[in-house]
Amino acid sequence: MMRPTRKHGSRRSRASLEDKLFKYSVMGIAALVLALLWSLVVKLVFDAQTSIETFGIDFLTSTIWDPNRDLYTALPFIFGTLMTSAVAIVIGVPISIGIAIYLSELAPAWIREPLSFLIELLAAVPSVIYGLWAIYTLRPVLTGSVEPFLMDALGWTPFFEGAAFGIDKLASGIILAVMIIPTVASVSKESMMAVPDSQREAALSLGATKYESTRMAVLSYARSGIFGATILGLGRAVGETMAVTMTIGNANIISWSLLDPGQTMASVIANNWGEADGLMLSSLIEIGVVLFIVALLINVCARLMVGRVMKAVPMTGGGL
Amino acid sequence: MEGKIVTERLNAFFGEVHAVKNINMSIPANAITAIIGPSGCGKSTLIRCLNRMHEVVRGARAAGKVYLDGEDIYDPETDPVEVRRKVGMVFQKPNPFPTMSIYDNVVAGQRLNGEKDWKKLDETVERSLKLAALWDEVKDHLDASGVSISGGQQQRLCIARALAVEPEVLLLDEPCSALDPIATAKIEDLLFDLKDKYTIAIVTHNMQQAARIADFTAFMYMGELIEFGETKKLFENPVEELTEKYITGRFG
Ligand SMILES: Nc1ncnc2c1ncn2[C@@H]1O[C@H](COP(=O)(O)OP(=O)(O)O)[C@@H](O)[C@H]1O
Ligand SMILES: [Mg+2]
Repeated sequence: MMRPTRKHGSRRSRASLEDKLFKYSVMGIAALVLALLWSLVVKLVFDAQTSIETFGIDFLTSTIWDPNRDLYTALPFIFGTLMTSAVAIVIGVPISIGIAIYLSELAPAWIREPLSFLIELLAAVPSVIYGLWAIYTLRPVLTGSVEPFLMDALGWTPFFEGAAFGIDKLASGIILAVMIIPTVASVSKESMMAVPDSQREAALSLGATKYESTRMAVLSYARSGIFGATILGLGRAVGETMAVTMTIGNANIISWSLLDPGQTMASVIANNWGEADGLMLSSLIEIGVVLFIVALLINVCARLMVGRVMKAVPMTGGGL
Repeated sequence: MEGKIVTERLNAFFGEVHAVKNINMSIPANAITAIIGPSGCGKSTLIRCLNRMHEVVRGARAAGKVYLDGEDIYDPETDPVEVRRKVGMVFQKPNPFPTMSIYDNVVAGQRLNGEKDWKKLDETVERSLKLAALWDEVKDHLDASGVSISGGQQQRLCIARALAVEPEVLLLDEPCSALDPIATAKIEDLLFDLKDKYTIAIVTHNMQQAARIADFTAFMYMGELIEFGETKKLFENPVEELTEKYITGRFG
């Protein structure tokens, strides 16, 4: 009875040779990605070397960007990135959570599916399109009503001083909020939908209203998923280049007012790499290294968190 | 006997599926009523109609009347949220809130009612956990997560949580199906002690359990109530042939 399999021996060894070849060539392609990543890092750090040696730690703590004196530092751009990302999170996350709650808790299936699809589609819109939309649609609204209103209502805070020009950190923050909503809303929705119905029923059976059961059973259970979604959105906001460059006004200054123009790490590189050389180019590349590290850390954190949530959900849900 | 809960031509549907058919039944106060029957016969659906939890399932609806102390809970004027505060429920799988401590789980319902007085909350926790026979086991770690305790303890925590809002009726849907015999015995003892103050309806697929603890037993088959009466009589001297077949185990 063993005979027939023996007879196919030669065919099998050829098959196993093919399999090996296949396996190693695919592995080679995968290794290429590693090599690419590695050379990216090495090349960046190598090109940033002059700047790192010239400015040392001052690069991250001092605020001067002066091509005339050949003095460059990253702080104004770190500041700009933080400001615009913070605006994006403050505006984008509550809206995303609202969308996620609607989709996961309230919408009937025939609305949920197509609407979820549309929202995910928004993530695929090229960022230059968002930039154009910001300039031609958002800006008139900002200059016409939103910014004058903010100056009236909140002009006494340091955040809303200046002129209603519509090309500023607020505009960038808003466009970033729009751009992170698809990601934050979809991932939040997924983690809310992963909350077992038994949790909702537990709250309802205690006499909770729909709103109370959403807060008590759904949002608290899904909170680490929602937090991970937020961090994922932050990663996108920090790294976004085109839409910000088009809307932020590109001024190398530090100003607390959202109505003032500014510059982010991504936008300063995009704006200046063309005419930069020598120390300035090296400094831009060092900013790139900082941005790369920050974005990498944020994304790793987010993925760890979201991944853990997605895996942890059935475990805690089992309850036993 | 006039029941605490009386159903009149109660029907329940999941979309086109007719899960509970025309049930007339009277659940007496201060007694344990068991609902038995083969899996899928509509036991869960029936008791979920008694506190308007049936309708929270997408596509589910109920028709007919359910009187609680003579008032129809399906009256369009009646707020289901109010009904559920009077008619508590414990589910088949223990479902404590995992992000809340044991303490917060117990007072979750009280907090919904706006109770903020720490003294009162503390009292509620102690009273409810004692009623649920869990106090001695958890009193030293009330801050621990609601899911850090064993399955049997979690289920008693859920009972404590349901009792904390001081309902008049307690509905339990196979509360012991995920538990070992020792934990099961604890919950049976506890229900026995509770029946002086509460009206209890328990779904069980375990006929011995029904025989042990229930004063009255209902037998359901294919969505219909086949027979309902005193437990002893139903088990020893059933009227319907179907009941007899089921309790003697001559059944698919
Ligand atoms: N969510 C649901 N959607 C559709 N049909 C359901 C749902 N839940 C239960 N059913 C159906 O309703 C009937 C009664 O179910 P159930 O009350 O859970 O039975 P039991 O608790 O006696 O096992 C079964 O035929 C079941 O398939
Ligand atoms: Mg059931």
